[in-house]
Amino acid sequence: MSYLDSLALTAPELILSLGATFLMLVAAWGGDKATRTISWGAVALFAAAGASLAGPAGHGGSAFFGLYTADAFGAFAKSLIYLAAAICVIIAPRWFEVNERNRAEYPVLILLAATGMGMMVSATDLLTLYVGLELNSLASYVLASMAQKDGRAAEAGLKYFVLGALASGILLYGISLLYGFTGSTHYVDIAHEMGGSAGMGALFGMVFVLAGLSFKVSAVPFHMWTPDVYEGAPTPVTCLFASAPKVAAMALLVRVSMVALGPATHQWQQIIAFAALASIILGAAGAIGQTNIKRLLAYSSINNVGFMLIGLAAGTREGVAAVLFYLTVYVVTVLGSFLAVLQLRDRQGKPVEAIAALAGLSQSRKGLAAALAVFMFSLAGIPPLFGFWPKLLVFQAAIDAHLLPLAIIGFVASVIGAFYYIKIVKIMYFDDAADMISPDNGLVERWTMALAAMLLVVGYVLIPWLGAASAQATGALF
Amino acid sequence: MIALAAFYLFASVMIAAAAFTILSRNPVHSVLWLILAFFNAAGLMVLAGAEFVAMLLVIVYVGAVAVLFLFVVMMLNIDLAEVRSGFTRYGLFGAAIAAVLATEVVVADEAWHSGALMLGARQAVTPDNMPNIQALGALLYTRYLYVFEGAGLVLLVAMIGAIVLTHRERSGVRPQKIGDQVKRRPSEAVRIVSDQPVGAGVEL
Repeated sequence: MSYLDSLALTAPELILSLGATFLMLVAAWGGDKATRTISWGAVALFAAAGASLAGPAGHGGSAFFGLYTADAFGAFAKSLIYLAAAICVIIAPRWFEVNERNRAEYPVLILLAATGMGMMVSATDLLTLYVGLELNSLASYVLASMAQKDGRAAEAGLKYFVLGALASGILLYGISLLYGFTGSTHYVDIAHEMGGSAGMGALFGMVFVLAGLSFKVSAVPFHMWTPDVYEGAPTPVTCLFASAPKVAAMALLVRVSMVALGPATHQWQQIIAFAALASIILGAAGAIGQTNIKRLLAYSSINNVGFMLIGLAAGTREGVAAVLFYLTVYVVTVLGSFLAVLQLRDRQGKPVEAIAALAGLSQSRKGLAAALAVFMFSLAGIPPLFGFWPKLLVFQAAIDAHLLPLAIIGFVASVIGAFYYIKIVKIMYFDDAADMISPDNGLVERWTMALAAMLLVVGYVLIPWLGAASAQATGALF
Repeated sequence: MIALAAFYLFASVMIAAAAFTILSRNPVHSVLWLILAFFNAAGLMVLAGAEFVAMLLVIVYVGAVAVLFLFVVMMLNIDLAEVRSGFTRYGLFGAAIAAVLATEVVVADEAWHSGALMLGARQAVTPDNMPNIQALGALLYTRYLYVFEGAGLVLLVAMIGAIVLTHRERSGVRPQKIGDQVKRRPSEAVRIVSDQPVGAGVEL
C-alpha cells in the first residue's frame, strides 16, 4: 500500500490538522477579532472531516503498516466526536464574550484535540493510541484553564494536568509491559500472543493499560479529577469534556479490550465489571449532596460511564453495539443539558451554576425548564424518554452474557441515581422562585428545545436506524 | 566480560542514584543525583547497542532538562549570599559526581569497543553496516510516519498552549511598530519653535 493510499484513509485527521494549522495562522495575524470567523471555519472543517468518512476513510481498512485502521467502528465514533466538538465550538463565543477574552486559539485547540480523538478511535497500534491520547489530553489541559480571570479554571487545569500525567505514566507502563511480554505493539499481534503463551506479565500490562484508560473515561476508582475539572473549566469546555473525549476514550477502550485483549476477556471482564458497578454507585451517591450543577453533571457522567462499561463487561457483539448506542444517546443528552446550563444567567448576565438558583425556573422560563426536565428524566432513564432505551440494551447484553448479578445491582443503583435528577426537576417546578434567571429567548434556546424534542419523539423513530448503524460499526471489530 | 561488568556498574549506580534523587533532602542534591541516573541510563543504552538513544539521553535529559531543573531549583530562593556560599557547599559534591561521570565515560567507551552486550534476540534486526541513527531515521520516516507526524502535532499543541496560558493583553506597553516608525518624517517628529533664543535647541 502506497503512502498516498494510506493518507487517503486518514483523510479526517489530515483535514483537521492541516485546517487547524491554517486557522492558527489566521488567529496569529487576526487576533481575537477573528475568533468568530475561525469558529465558523472550524465548524466547516468538522463538516468536511465528517463528510470524508463517507469515502475510503470510513471503511478502507488498515493504513500505515497497521498503525491505523479506517473502519465502520471508527467512522461511527468519529461522526459523533465531530458533531459534539462542532457544537462546542459554536456555543463558545457567546460565553467567552461575556466572561472572558474570546480567544482565537479556542477553536484551533478543539480542532487539534479532535484530531487526537480521531487517532484514538482508529488506533490499532499502542503507539498510535498513546500519541492520539496525548494530543487530545494536552489540548484539553490548556482548554480547561482557558479562563484566566477565574482561579477555579487554573486549579482545574493544573489538577487535570498532574493527574492526567500520572494516568499517562500508568498507561505507558502498561504498554511497555504488554510490548515486553508479547513482543509487539500491534493489537492483532498482541491478541495472538495473549491467546498463546504471553502469561502473567502481559496480564499485569493489561491491568495497567486498563487503569490508565479508565482515568480517561473517568471510571471509578480513577474518577476523582472529574468533579473539580468539570466545575472549574469554562462551561463550553466542560461541555466538550463531557461529550467528545468521552466518546473517543470509550471507543478506544472498547477497541483495545475487544481486539487487543480479546483472548483475555475473562480476565478483564472482572476489572471492567468492578469499574462499572463502582462508577454507577459512586456516581449516583456522590451527586446527591452537590450544590453546583456542573459538579452534578460530572457525577452524572461518571454514573453514565458505569452503565456503558456494563455493556463492555458483557464482552459480546450485542454489548459493544449497546455501548455505541448508549454513547450516541448520552452525547445528545449531555450536550442538551449543557446548552441549558449555558443559558442560566442572572440579571447582570453572569452565568449561574448553583442548583438552588434553578428554583422557580418553570415560571420565569417555561421552555428552558421543560427542556432541562426532559434531559434530566432522560439521563435518569425514565421509560417514556429515550434515555431509557440504551440502558435497557446494556442490561439486556449483560443478562445475555450471564452477568445477571451485575445487571441487577446496576438496575438498583440507577434508582438511586434517579433521585437527584428528579430533585432538580422538583426544584425547578415546585420550589419558590429565586428570581435570579434573566428571561432570554435566543436562538440557542430554540436549539435546546429541538434537542429535547428529539429525545422525546424523534429518538424513537431513529431506534431501528441507530441500532443498525451501531451493529454495523460493531461488526468491524469481530 | 568487561561489558557485563560495565552493565552491573551502570545498573547499580543508576538504581542508587535514582533512590538518592528521592531520598535526599536538598533539592540541588536531588537534581545532581538525577543527572547521574540519566547518565547511567545512557551508559546502559550504549551497552545495548543503541548509541543514538544514549546520545539523546545525554543531550536532552542531562544537557537540557536537568540543567533547567537545576536553574528552577536555584531560582526558587534567590539570595546572592546564599548562592555564593552554596558554591562552596555544593562544589565538593558536584565535583564528586563529575568525577564519577568522567570515569563512567571511560568505562562505557572501553565496554563499547569490546563488543555490545547480548540482550537476547532482537525483534527488529538492523543490518550490520547501517549506523544506529540511520536505521532509526529510516523507520521513523517510513513505517512510523503517521505516529511521527502525530508527535509533531503534540508539540504544536504544547507551543500553542504555553502561549495561550501565559499571554495576557497589557495596557500601557509600547510595542514596536516598525512600519510606522520607518514611515515617520522629520516634519511629524520635530517641531521647530520660532523666535527662540539661539542655543535653546528644538523640541522633540
